[in-house]
Amino acid sequence: MTTPAKGDGTETSAAGAATLTKDAAAGETLLKVTGLQKHFPIKKGLLQRQVGAVRAVDGIDFEVKAGETLGVVGESGCGKSTMGRLITRLLEPTAGKVEFEGKDITHLGVSGMRPLRRDVQMIFQDPYSSLNPRHTIGTIVGAPFRLQGVEPAGGIKKEVQRLLEVVGLNPEHYNRYPHEFSGGQRQRIGIARALALNPKLVVADEPVSALDVSIQAQVVNLLDDLQQELGLTYVIIAHDLSVVRHVSDRIAVMYLGKIVELADRESLYRAPMHPYTKALMSAVPIPDPRRKHAKSERILLKGDVPSPISPPSGCRFHTRCWKATEICRTTEPPLIELRPAQQVACHHPENFEDQAPQDTVLLTAAKEASAFVADEVLAASAQTSVAVAAEANGSTEVEADADADADADADGQESTDRQK
Amino acid sequence: MTAPLHEPTAEVAPSAAEEAAVAGTDAKAVQGRSLGRIAWERLKRDKLALTGGAVVLFLVVVALLAPVITSLYGQDPDAFHEELIDPLFGTPTGSLGGVSGDHWLGVEPVNGRDIFARILYGARISLLVGFLSALVAVVLGTILGVLAGFFGGWVDSVISRVMDGLLAFPQLLFIIALVSVMPNQMLGLTGSSVRVFVMILVIGFFGWPYIGRVVRGQTLSLREREYVEAARSLGAGRLYILFKELLPNLVAPIIVYTTMMIPTNILTEAALSFLGVGVKPPTSSWGQMLSSAIDYYDSDPMYMVVPGVAIFITVLAFNLFGDGVRDALDPKASR
Repeated sequence: MTTPAKGDGTETSAAGAATLTKDAAAGETLLKVTGLQKHFPIKKGLLQRQVGAVRAVDGIDFEVKAGETLGVVGESGCGKSTMGRLITRLLEPTAGKVEFEGKDITHLGVSGMRPLRRDVQMIFQDPYSSLNPRHTIGTIVGAPFRLQGVEPAGGIKKEVQRLLEVVGLNPEHYNRYPHEFSGGQRQRIGIARALALNPKLVVADEPVSALDVSIQAQVVNLLDDLQQELGLTYVIIAHDLSVVRHVSDRIAVMYLGKIVELADRESLYRAPMHPYTKALMSAVPIPDPRRKHAKSERILLKGDVPSPISPPSGCRFHTRCWKATEICRTTEPPLIELRPAQQVACHHPENFEDQAPQDTVLLTAAKEASAFVADEVLAASAQTSVAVAAEANGSTEVEADADADADADADGQESTDRQK
Repeated sequence: MTAPLHEPTAEVAPSAAEEAAVAGTDAKAVQGRSLGRIAWERLKRDKLALTGGAVVLFLVVVALLAPVITSLYGQDPDAFHEELIDPLFGTPTGSLGGVSGDHWLGVEPVNGRDIFARILYGARISLLVGFLSALVAVVLGTILGVLAGFFGGWVDSVISRVMDGLLAFPQLLFIIALVSVMPNQMLGLTGSSVRVFVMILVIGFFGWPYIGRVVRGQTLSLREREYVEAARSLGAGRLYILFKELLPNLVAPIIVYTTMMIPTNILTEAALSFLGVGVKPPTSSWGQMLSSAIDYYDSDPMYMVVPGVAIFITVLAFNLFGDGVRDALDPKASR
């Protein structure tokens, strides 16, 4: 997906934000999250004894600046949606801190949150379950005003009709019911509801994943337009990398309740540092029929995401990483800024110097995982990782044998690709 | 579409307002069809359900107007007509249990009370107990079911276990035992009124777990819907979510189960009266008439047929109507 005007777009949106938002100037920190955790208890037996916890979000830190769009990506079950519900305070964090405009909102109750609800809004994933089937569109989009006791100039009805127009719906449909609309239209209704109170931060939880691809583009563009006009700040949660690439200024990659990489869009797509990010990127299909016979550089990750009930020790990705060494198993890598505006939590990052060059022995799991990684990728990895390089050198000693092996691997790789 | 959302410039503001005003006048023309209206339109096409509904309506009107009808008809339900009884056998003279121009459905054996008048008055008891006990069950079941589903945790555990216990309880035996120790006077009521009152409470009390379970299950699934989260993200409190978001969606299953419950309760009332723990004579009830007709099943079969048919028609009509309502409100449910 090419995004030619994107650079300009973000600039104008930043400029627009500066003129349109009232309190937070563009670039100021709107939302600050530190050490955020959410553990869902697992209870068993008659006495409901807690026997464990699902560590959905397990210590994440990030900031969202006014006027920007933060994209959050990751596989299913990595805690993206939980994170979204924590920062909108639909869920109570287990630990950590959420600050909105400098105010600690971590443990505010329903009434304490109520005034803040005007500033933080949410767009939901499923347009079929996010609108109450018993309410008319007018009631749904007007609910924010009634709940917050706001009387817009000209009355609620007029304001609702104006909002419907803003999101590209016919204001005459005020009295209709959700079941009379298509998925894309319903999502627009959800967006209108989220925008009703003129929020500063909008958290969109998979806003387009339930929609047709053609409709996805419409809704994504609508979100983009609205951001430019209203100076909105977005946190967009998605698993579709092309969508995230299209809308985000910065991107956070999550894996098993942790942020593994947090970087500017350009840096992230140009030179991903975390092996997991690299694997995710390689999974994006390239719409080019001529590449059909070209060698695939896709990295297949073996197996599923491990259970968040008992996540792996050390780096959580070490069970599936082709670069994992002993240190990955024992020590958790901190999320540090290796390059300006690119934070990574990895001992052996890609496209950057090895953080733990003393560790030169690959884990057995890593050797198995490397069988699913294309040679070019392995070669690139070898440049930055001492362990992968050592492994590569080791295998050249077995000479032709290894070469044949590698070829066979590559072939096998291709055939599995074709099967898909 | 590109009109800014807030703080529009001075030029844009009036035009946007104008548009909204124009749209406002048009909006009246575009009226959406609510789920309730769609269900009603579906119900209107269901001839069988409409017939059932019409019979139910007819029965209700007849029961309400029973005194008027009997006075027009010219017979008192409690008046004896010994002159119509064969003194030797105790059965009514004349064919079909004494059917005549004065007594359309004949008279009772032994004392000669008019059956038609007694059926009319019996309908009052049947429908009264059927409706009011269903009301008791619905009110209890809805409140407790919503509480269990909405709050979960130990509230849910306690309410669910109580429901399980009640469902496993031998309710008919319990009611028989209860009524036999009932005082004759209670809360300013006497005789049959006490019995009716107790039957309504007891049948309703044993009926609520059926509705309670359905409501609890529905609430459990509804409270996880995203529109509930959306309401919370707008700052809605629990009461708002309960009354504005959840209850409107619970109305359909509640209506369906109520219409299904009324005929069951009518049958329970008939069974209780049949067993002699329902209303006391001289107050008439269909079950009680059936019970006394048993002694004359070969000499005066008509006496037994009339209340039997009355019960049959009433229950059938309610069931047909209830099925239709269910199909209309929940077309996805299988028959």
